[in-house]
Amino acid sequence: MSSAALLEVEDLTLHRGGNRILDHVTLSLAPGETLALVGESGAGKSTIATALMGLLGPKDARIEGHARLEGQGELLGMPERRWSKLRGRRLSMIFQDAGSALNPCFTVGRQLVTVLRRNLGLSRTAARARALELFERVGINDAEARLSAYPHQLSGGMQQRVMVAIALACNPDLLFADEPTSALDVTIQAQIIRLILDETRTRGASCIFVLHDLALASQSCDRIVVLYAGQVVESGVTAEILEAPRHPYTAQLKSCVLEIGTRDLDPPEGSVGSYAAMPKGCRFARRCPRALPRCAEERPPLVPAPDGDRALACWNPL
Amino acid sequence: MILRGLVRIGQTLVVLLIVSFATFGLLKLAPGDPVQLALGAEYSETAYRSLQREMGLDQPFLVQYLAWARDFATGDWGRSYVARTDIFTFAVLEALPVTLTLASLSLFFAILIGVPLGVLSAVKKDSIFDAGAAVFALTGTAFPSFLLGILLIWLFGVKLGLFPVMGYVSPWQDPVTGLYHMVLPALTLSTYFIAMITRLTRATLIEVLEQPYIAAARARGEPRWRVIWVHGVRNIAMPLVTILGLQLGTLLQGTVLTETVFSLPGLGQMITDAVLSREYVVVQAGVMLTATLFITINLLVDLSYPFLDPRLRAR
Repeated sequence: MSSAALLEVEDLTLHRGGNRILDHVTLSLAPGETLALVGESGAGKSTIATALMGLLGPKDARIEGHARLEGQGELLGMPERRWSKLRGRRLSMIFQDAGSALNPCFTVGRQLVTVLRRNLGLSRTAARARALELFERVGINDAEARLSAYPHQLSGGMQQRVMVAIALACNPDLLFADEPTSALDVTIQAQIIRLILDETRTRGASCIFVLHDLALASQSCDRIVVLYAGQVVESGVTAEILEAPRHPYTAQLKSCVLEIGTRDLDPPEGSVGSYAAMPKGCRFARRCPRALPRCAEERPPLVPAPDGDRALACWNPL
Repeated sequence: MILRGLVRIGQTLVVLLIVSFATFGLLKLAPGDPVQLALGAEYSETAYRSLQREMGLDQPFLVQYLAWARDFATGDWGRSYVARTDIFTFAVLEALPVTLTLASLSLFFAILIGVPLGVLSAVKKDSIFDAGAAVFALTGTAFPSFLLGILLIWLFGVKLGLFPVMGYVSPWQDPVTGLYHMVLPALTLSTYFIAMITRLTRATLIEVLEQPYIAAARARGEPRWRVIWVHGVRNIAMPLVTILGLQLGTLLQGTVLTETVFSLPGLGQMITDAVLSREYVVVQAGVMLTATLFITINLLVDLSYPFLDPRLRAR
């Protein structure tokens, strides 16, 4: 891990209701880098994003480990007041379903203007002018009129554009995009992904995408972190991972995309299974075609490869 | 939206018509013949007939109803022979303001205390505070209001001497003294509603706080108080107003007991006295007035929906 990392997550472990939802998740992110968290639904991808946004309170989950943000220090265990100073300004998030992530009782303009006024201290007129500019940037036509629209009056694609405008309003350093397109039509999906990538790149911001679609991840992200049941099984540069996956699970994910031709990551065989009955060792062991006797007993550590920016957790890699 | 509003107003008028019909029927079903009552023990057949014609009682039921409805709508409600006053003046100008003041002050207390209590319970869910508020709410609902009234009179009025025990001063003539006299009765009446609003606010807010737009509001750096009091509370306004509108009937019923305990000259006391002295014309006026009040308030609740939830406005 380089010392210039924007975000360093180390051994992030999260328990909820007696189950270990995240198991020693380790990842790092350079400034301006785009990272994809990939895995089946229930792998804990979204949980990582919400935990790193400080949206999970002590009542929701027990969180251990470290997460350091450049210039801020340790994030985990910060009081809510410090989190709310960080959120919107340095960290921000785009949600899966923009329709339900916008408050139905306020106009979208008001929701954007509030962020600008509260986080940047802009005056009412300055905030409105800035909001108009942001709406135009994210491709909302007739922006002036759309500012006074309520969320239900906009299409799904427009709602997600509004969310992008709100999330990027204060030029955050790190943007979490939690399945930003899974509620949208396929034709609009690509537009929104491109919008998010363009906007984060021009601002020099980093972005963590939560995706269940390996194909989408391969097109849009610099690096990929593959998760299985809350464990990082493999991570590295997108091209390398896709060219030569070393973890059996990554290989299966890739074959899903290539062979079946579907864009969704259907579980290779069977399902992730209950978190209450996970093996002590590698959680993929039960479904792994290359499993050794030790796999279920002993957890393979996430070892950085000597050659380049890559890490793998497997006793019997490809 | 305007069309829907007009339809609702039309419906309200139909309901009012039905209520007035039933109320008029009440008078007809009441024991005793008004002509006989007016004439006394001895009268001739011709005197009976002429008075009956004079009072319009020889007409068919429907004609009588229409005449009565016309009189009612024009404010000609007849005279009370017990109180020796014009019923309209007595009911609408004297008793109604008392009841309205009592009811609105109670509602004000209920919202002022109930909503914050419910919000805090929802935010501190499963804490000691929440449990305490739940106990308070259950006690408030189970406790008979007249008993509470007597307790409040004893504690604040007699023991501490902080508030006047009874009597009524019109808040329109002397706002300070008037409201001062209303504090204890309004508190008594509002207990049940404080409890109800607390529970309702808690339940609806817990649901709202789990919505994605709450997480999203937090994710863009809105401070906790704004997330709860602006994004949360704004979204519980509609269920709250709906239930309040429906429960207003209970509130109006509650005024009867409260007015009796605190001897306030409101509609409740007017109806009670009228029932006891079998003055059906006054009962009828009271019932019509209460029903009209209830129906009007529910109409207002319905008409307020588009303002409370933008999704109900016409696109």
